[in-house]
Amino acid sequence: MADPRIVIVGAGPAGTRAAELLVAAGLRPVVIDESPRSGGQIYRRPPPNFTRSHEQLYGTEAGRARAIHATFDAFANKVDYRAETLAWAVKDDRVFVQKAMTVEQIPYDALLLAPGATDRLIPLEGWTRPGCYSLGAAQITLKAQGCAIGQEVVFVGTGPLLYLVAYQYMKAGIAPVAVLDTSSLAQQLRGLPLMVARPEQLIKGAQIVSALRQGGVRVLRGVRPLEVLGDDRSVTGMRFCDAAGHEQELRCTAVGMGYHLRAESQLADLAGCSFEFHPTVRQWLPVIDEMGRSSIRNVYLAGDGVRILGADGAEVAGRLAAIALLSDLGWPIDQAKVRSLQAEMRRHVRFASGIAKAFPWPHEQVAAIPDRTLICRCEAITAGELRASVKDLFSPEVNRAKAFSRVGMGRCQGRFCGPASQEVVAAANGAPIQSAGRIRGQAPVKPLPIGITEETSRG
Amino acid sequence: MVEASGQADVIIVGGGIVGASTAFFLRGRGVKVILLERFLIGQQASGTNFGNVRRQGRYLRQLPLANRSRDIWGRIHELTGSNVEFMPVGHIRFLWKEEQLAVVEKYQRDAAEYGLELHILGKEAIRERFPFIGPEAVAGSWSPHDGHANPRLVAPAFAQAAMRNGATIIENCEVLSIEKSGEDFTVETPRGNYRAPVVVISSGAWGADHAAAMGEAVPLVVDGPQMGVTEPLPYFVHPVVGVSTQVPGEVAYLRQIPRGNIIFGGVRRRPAALDERRAKYDPAGLMEQLRQIQRLAPALRHARVIRTWSGVEGYLADDIPVMGDSDKIAGLFYAFGFCGHGFQIGPGVGDVMAELIATGTTTTPIDDFHIRRFKDPARWQRTAAH
Amino acid sequence: MQARFVRLAEQERRPIVLSVDGVAVDAMEGDVLLTVLMLHRGFARISEFGDGPRAGFCMMGACQDCWVWTGSGDRLRACSTAAAEGMDIHTSAPEGLWPIPA
Repeated sequence: MADPRIVIVGAGPAGTRAAELLVAAGLRPVVIDESPRSGGQIYRRPPPNFTRSHEQLYGTEAGRARAIHATFDAFANKVDYRAETLAWAVKDDRVFVQKAMTVEQIPYDALLLAPGATDRLIPLEGWTRPGCYSLGAAQITLKAQGCAIGQEVVFVGTGPLLYLVAYQYMKAGIAPVAVLDTSSLAQQLRGLPLMVARPEQLIKGAQIVSALRQGGVRVLRGVRPLEVLGDDRSVTGMRFCDAAGHEQELRCTAVGMGYHLRAESQLADLAGCSFEFHPTVRQWLPVIDEMGRSSIRNVYLAGDGVRILGADGAEVAGRLAAIALLSDLGWPIDQAKVRSLQAEMRRHVRFASGIAKAFPWPHEQVAAIPDRTLICRCEAITAGELRASVKDLFSPEVNRAKAFSRVGMGRCQGRFCGPASQEVVAAANGAPIQSAGRIRGQAPVKPLPIGITEETSRG
Repeated sequence: MVEASGQADVIIVGGGIVGASTAFFLRGRGVKVILLERFLIGQQASGTNFGNVRRQGRYLRQLPLANRSRDIWGRIHELTGSNVEFMPVGHIRFLWKEEQLAVVEKYQRDAAEYGLELHILGKEAIRERFPFIGPEAVAGSWSPHDGHANPRLVAPAFAQAAMRNGATIIENCEVLSIEKSGEDFTVETPRGNYRAPVVVISSGAWGADHAAAMGEAVPLVVDGPQMGVTEPLPYFVHPVVGVSTQVPGEVAYLRQIPRGNIIFGGVRRRPAALDERRAKYDPAGLMEQLRQIQRLAPALRHARVIRTWSGVEGYLADDIPVMGDSDKIAGLFYAFGFCGHGFQIGPGVGDVMAELIATGTTTTPIDDFHIRRFKDPARWQRTAAH
Repeated sequence: MQARFVRLAEQERRPIVLSVDGVAVDAMEGDVLLTVLMLHRGFARISEFGDGPRAGFCMMGACQDCWVWTGSGDRLRACSTAAAEGMDIHTSAPEGLWPIPA
């Protein structure tokens, strides 16, 4: 193919590394990214008039962040870079994009999706109160806005981000009230043998926990969160059950919550990619081969949008997917390079499975969400209403339950209720989680203005 | 909902709104029913359509059936025990051109003979009653007793009520073959064989394949409606809104539910496939849809679309359904191919089919829809070419 | 008016003034609208379904729980829209946008 049209969605670590290789091969891909500046969420760049250094913003990952930003900036004028642009649908070898009030169809010969991930959430009584945010939000507020989500913050959930965000808040001058981890110490120890695949990360994690303790932050493991206390105006506290089974209350004005990450796989879904269930993370993820080829001939997937391996893993995945894409277009490939990247990838996969073991998604807690708790933030539907759609209206899986109950039908398309609704539906049916399926992606993957006008397609 | 195999008075193939309501009304007449659904009840056209409970604009000779159905809609809550969100809020069709006035006025006169009350409203009257309407509209045709309902709930409501009344409903059960030997049909499925002296084919877009297998081919095209919905907005569009036009690209419609979302569709259909469980929305058509719905309600430019979907609908060459008994095989009945207009008449079709099967005749005329009209291929191929 | 977020860094930016629900508020160039709202208003919107105010949630354009209005009726996602001098932001739909029959 003389001049293949390649579209990359996402300018985070995976998209950046993929674009870098394509540019090096003499191609000029379109790079679509929702943010005003490249870097993705993990290496998100603050607005240009912010002055903190990479070290202040990204801590131990400053070198990685600087390299990703420099790489992107170096090739930015050699790609067709579309910032502040949403890819809202994929169909018939075209990506549909929107920027402000215009839309455009971009035809492609090959599509590389690297859309990243969002926090994975468990609905909690009171989680819609002003003052409740995702862990990602807590971190972005600090990094990209120089603010804390509140003066007295409780962080609750599980996973490495829980501790990292708490640590970053402490360093920035707001020591959190507490870190409440649903995983027990025993579970965390069980993850160790796999996590030694990346000893440097393991050590970093241990140092963070010890720094939090030294800073006077309460770190409790094996908790069961019960309720975010407060009223319409604000959060006033957090009620939870500690590892010994005693109910406790902490005063706070803000809560950051998250249970590791959830792949943004909607575009892969719209492109027709097959999905498979991954029991270790209890998520449905697109099927890929060891290079990142999806089940669709010309669609490649990389980064946390297809496998939650973190930023370093995303860089490797982006490179591999780009190599696969080039190879399929007839470019020669360096087999030794591929072997070394794949070996690196295996290390990331091993570490990630250790993380999944150490900080498991507490699915029993999810299945037991009280009936009165809002499970769907967008449509304000309770867990009880979802269960009724299963029990009274016979919903074998989440899309049927969605049709009856409206859970997952709102503006966010199930990003924040989807993982929990799978558990609730499966439990209400007394069936394994796989049987509940996953909420299907629908165009537009994010709300699209009705007053838009269309730009003439370039191809 | 699972039963290995069985014998009944009637086997219904296809559990959309037609099959489910046929099962419901047959049970009301004490008939033993087994309904076999390939996927889940009401999941295809019956669950993905616009939700229009509209009589105005229908093929005139379908109005008796539509009236009978409208009567059932008025009692649907008490009949099924479910709130299917039926709202008799009226249906307004706007006109973009003065020339179209003659068309709606003639329809108003003709429809009056079937008892359908319509009011033609002028430029000022439409603005007074429907202040959301855009500046281009010159008149409207108002049908005060039409309305809308939630399509996701209706077929399941009939199916559950039928089940409570003793019907056997089996989901995820594809019919592989239908054969008649002696008095009984044997309906073969992966879950076993079912036997009954009567079979109803109410399998929507799949109906043509089933009819062809019984030796009665019909010209059916499978299309997907293109549907979308906005975020919740203040409740400002109360009636169902449509357009009366000669230009296919102007055929757009919308309705708002009290929760605030505005559901819209129209402009064009896209081909769908029977071997896919789910028809896909084609985003390439969205811009034109959005342009047309803004002609109807310009205030919508402030809102956002949050979701789109499609479905699988069967369209006959002459744009009217197949309904009635088989022309060839005693005990075989058809009710499929409702050409995107099946939602409003669905409950009425179920009631009529039950009457026809139980009594051998029906008080509502359905002769126009008989499958024998496709007996002569030369005739319908000519029709299809139009 | 209620402060929720706490400024910890980057406080030497050019000040801007915008309007939130008709009240002039101070902000800084580089703030996103959600930050401004959480420093001055305490919430971003009111849930359509009667369960109270919402204050955003994900800060990355995914949860869609921070859509606000401009005085002219445009919709903006507060977490991913930069605040600018003179903006007229509303936490609920401004009067007169929807032609509601009497």
